[in-house]
Amino acid sequence: MKPEDLFFLETHEWVHVDSNGGAKIGTIGISAFAVEQLTDLVFMELPKVGAKISAGDELGEVESVKAVSPIYSPVSGEVIEVNKDLPNKLEILNSDPYGQGWIAKIKITDEGSLDKLMDYKAYQKQCAS
Amino acid sequence: MPYTFNTPDDVEAMLQAIGAASVDELFQQIPDTFRLKRPLKIGPALGELELTQHMTRLSAKNSHAGQKVCFLGGGCYDHFIPAAVDTLASRGEFYTSYTPYQPEVSQGNLQAIFEYQSMICELTGMDVSNASLYDGGSATVEAVLMSIAATTRHGKVVVCQSVHPEYRQVVETYLENFETEVVTIRHEDGTTDLKQLQKAVDDKTSCVVIQHPNFFGCLEDVETVAKLAHKNGALLVQAFDPTSLGILKNPGQLGADIAIAEGQCLGNPMAYGGPYLGILAAREQFIRRMPGRIAGQTVGDGGKRCWVLTLQTREQHIRRDKATSNICTNQGLFALRASIYLALMGPSGMQRLGELCARKSNYAAAQLTANTRFERAFDAPFFKEFVVRDSTGKVSQLLRQCEDAGFFAGIALERWYPDLADCFLVAVTEKRTRAEIDSLVNSMAGTSRKTEKVHA
Amino acid sequence: MRNRLATKLLSELSKPGRQGVRLPDPDVLAKESLEDLIPREFLADAPPPLPELAEPDVIRHYTNLSTLNMSIDTHFYPLGSCTMKYNPKRNERIAAFPGVAELHPYQSERSLQGLFALLFEMQEILAEISGLPAVSLQPAAGAHGEFTALLTAAAYFRDKGMKRTKVLAPDSAHGTNPASAMMAGFDAVTIKSTPDGQVDLNHLKTELDDHLAVFMITNPNTLGMFDRQMGEIAKLVHGAGGLIYLDGANMNAILGITRPGDFGVDMMHFNPHKTFSGPHGGGGPGAGPICVTQALGPYLPSPIIAKDGDQYRLDYDRPKSIGRVRSFFANTGVLVRAYCYIRTHGPDGLKRVSEQAVLNANYLLNRVKHIFPVPQGDRCMHEFVASAATLKKEKGISAMDIAKRLLDYGFHAPTVYFPLTVPEALMIEPTETESKETLDAFAETLFRITDESAESLHAAPTSTIIRRPNEVQAARQPIVKWTKPD
Repeated sequence: MKPEDLFFLETHEWVHVDSNGGAKIGTIGISAFAVEQLTDLVFMELPKVGAKISAGDELGEVESVKAVSPIYSPVSGEVIEVNKDLPNKLEILNSDPYGQGWIAKIKITDEGSLDKLMDYKAYQKQCAS
Repeated sequence: MPYTFNTPDDVEAMLQAIGAASVDELFQQIPDTFRLKRPLKIGPALGELELTQHMTRLSAKNSHAGQKVCFLGGGCYDHFIPAAVDTLASRGEFYTSYTPYQPEVSQGNLQAIFEYQSMICELTGMDVSNASLYDGGSATVEAVLMSIAATTRHGKVVVCQSVHPEYRQVVETYLENFETEVVTIRHEDGTTDLKQLQKAVDDKTSCVVIQHPNFFGCLEDVETVAKLAHKNGALLVQAFDPTSLGILKNPGQLGADIAIAEGQCLGNPMAYGGPYLGILAAREQFIRRMPGRIAGQTVGDGGKRCWVLTLQTREQHIRRDKATSNICTNQGLFALRASIYLALMGPSGMQRLGELCARKSNYAAAQLTANTRFERAFDAPFFKEFVVRDSTGKVSQLLRQCEDAGFFAGIALERWYPDLADCFLVAVTEKRTRAEIDSLVNSMAGTSRKTEKVHA
Repeated sequence: MRNRLATKLLSELSKPGRQGVRLPDPDVLAKESLEDLIPREFLADAPPPLPELAEPDVIRHYTNLSTLNMSIDTHFYPLGSCTMKYNPKRNERIAAFPGVAELHPYQSERSLQGLFALLFEMQEILAEISGLPAVSLQPAAGAHGEFTALLTAAAYFRDKGMKRTKVLAPDSAHGTNPASAMMAGFDAVTIKSTPDGQVDLNHLKTELDDHLAVFMITNPNTLGMFDRQMGEIAKLVHGAGGLIYLDGANMNAILGITRPGDFGVDMMHFNPHKTFSGPHGGGGPGAGPICVTQALGPYLPSPIIAKDGDQYRLDYDRPKSIGRVRSFFANTGVLVRAYCYIRTHGPDGLKRVSEQAVLNANYLLNRVKHIFPVPQGDRCMHEFVASAATLKKEKGISAMDIAKRLLDYGFHAPTVYFPLTVPEALMIEPTETESKETLDAFAETLFRITDESAESLHAAPTSTIIRRPNEVQAARQPIVKWTKPD
């Protein structure tokens, strides 16, 4: 995925929304900027499939040697899939944060939360400031 | 001022460099209304000689285990401490160093912690150990909190009544402000009542806490309890006695998920209750739930093997309110002492230690109960302690008489178990000789004169 | 000479058949098989696979390991917030007296009268130094004391029928503060600091409501400053019905000079291993006795030492007590050392401890401030936080570079990157047991380091036995014990 196609939270999570069929599915990850800021990642905790999450809730955690960062959910809904292999291959977050580095897929129940997200341009501006 | 250097000239020069007229001026940031305008009301300064004399006088008012033959246990024991433990642990480079925050100049401490963790795993059959906690009580409650976090079951914690009463009190105190219910399972003839336990453990239970050998010294059926816990998705926390593991099956073999212990018995002085050593070891999958420090192996420049504190993101200085625990210190010095002790003992030393405790305590139990006044309160097999029932019910009087005759003979159980008001707990370590045991037996039979001092 | 070969692990030195301790043969029931005493199903098939070593192996191994540590006995250790002062040897000898070290926690009270007299006096001493009359010696460490005091506060509010759920702590506080608050069942709320390191009163005021239970403050704070607003903070917090807790980590600055109870504090802990010079032993043991107001006294843990006439006893009859936070009485061995330290100094001596600690810190601050700006100003209490931010900007030298290079020059590093509120923080606490000559040598070394190239500093330390341990690898694939090679 190209970052231009994604929407971002201030806290550096991204979401890509697919709407094939009825329900909208949000794929969630963290930005290249966040991965760089966190430096060498050592551990990640994924959410549980089936968990009901509200926008702004903690979805999981990512750790470097001396820092822990919560991963917040940009959308509300139910976790339907997680990237199980990711915690064992954290280097993927460096090489492909917007593709293979996805973290979880959420069946979106409340689309209102999407309105509060930034597009890539606005997000880039935030990172530059 | 015994430990400071600054001479009046130094002070003068330093004040000048600072640009202050007096030392008192340096305290100006403290509002005057808060200043203490009188000397502290504490005893006058004592020089080294006077302090030593003062402390000699005070300590002479105590009777200690070097004067009275000690049969006291209940979680703290009079075991033998090899001289090498004291010699090595009192080296200033260990004794006066701090937490290994700078690994380059702390490899001694870090490697010592790593070796402690390794030997605790070898002893317990568990996969991972932390660098130690405060004591047996804190290890118990930290294991309970770990279980609640790992199972995400906040409903219930099941604790056997035969677990050390003070460990149980600690668990209750810690959980007082949470919804978690602490359910206590009564003992039946000195060991956990399995029927009652079966009824209590359910899908809201985070863990079952059992002690083996238990507070009464009796051996528990941990394997059955572990299966019961696991069937319900709960964890098994076993409090163990490190000195028993030379001969008894270890917590790993018995099915424990978290093994905890009071490590005082591994080369540490009794010192009226502390500082001691809280041992906590667990199965691999709980490593990131463990409280406290952990040392890990890695490599430095040039691929040289070395050690660092690792998985620090679990801890309070990084995760703050979301940390696995608020614990900051470990008992570094006592973990070191335990490591040295275990290294000196080795497999054969630990085996001999276990055997001596078992043989001597069994001998003492048999000799004591040859007197019709006494019987063993419980039939269950035991390791190094056993409960004696005094048919006359005059336990405190008996223990007092024994003390006058030169023995710390046992611990009255009434304080924790009102229904055992006629019982006391006797511990027999490898240090007790046949002559000492026989003298205690004679003394209890009333054949020993009060003035007789028996000490081998 | 350092023995550079001596870093093998015990298990790698092990050889089957060696033994370091030979316990006696059994003198009772020697002929019985073990299975006659303990049923077979409880017995292990083999003893634990511990290393097998002779006593000289163990002595050489650990003696060599010890030489790989920096320590107070060997080096200046200006680790801010840790009060690494000299550990008097007389205290060690006394704590090892059999009349102290060989006391069992369940001995009769009559056999412990000397120790109880000491512990009772210790309760009174801590009450006097803190200005808070009720004391529990039970907690095992500073963080444990914090936690215990918060439980005490919770019990107090519950008893008064109040539901107060919130514990506030400034962003500059030790991480143990919010962690203890959570463990005690409270919500932890962080209060901002102003740029000069004081509590942001405007922010504090927004959190003052009837949910407020406790405000935790470190004063002198982690920047080494006495919070001038203390009076106002106390008025505000008490006005909202809350209690003030003092993290006693920095008591070394104010012994006999000001008392927490006199500046509005309701509860506090001492760190006797810091303030009263218990040896740190590579990271413990400590102790964490707490002192509280008369009103909170009934809720403290049990037992405490009571005195009837000339007899001392353990007082368990305290129905409102929170109970017990550890097994056995307390970290008695640490408290005995602290008692010895306090009695060695007496009233004037303790005050001089703080005066000299503050003098040393101010002297060092004023020697280094032209290169390492100290954001909070020209004066400090017992420690100060300098910033390497300018150096980093101008020369690319970070606080970490300085910390690591100091090791090469034979100084332990200061605390770095704490508190989080100062960029490139170097937190320096010299303590009173260092001479002017040591402080001068330390300052000169700091200057010398800033003249070195950033590039060479990034490679520091160069003289230590290991360099740049790979912490990422250690955390990604944790190896936390020795395993037998295949």
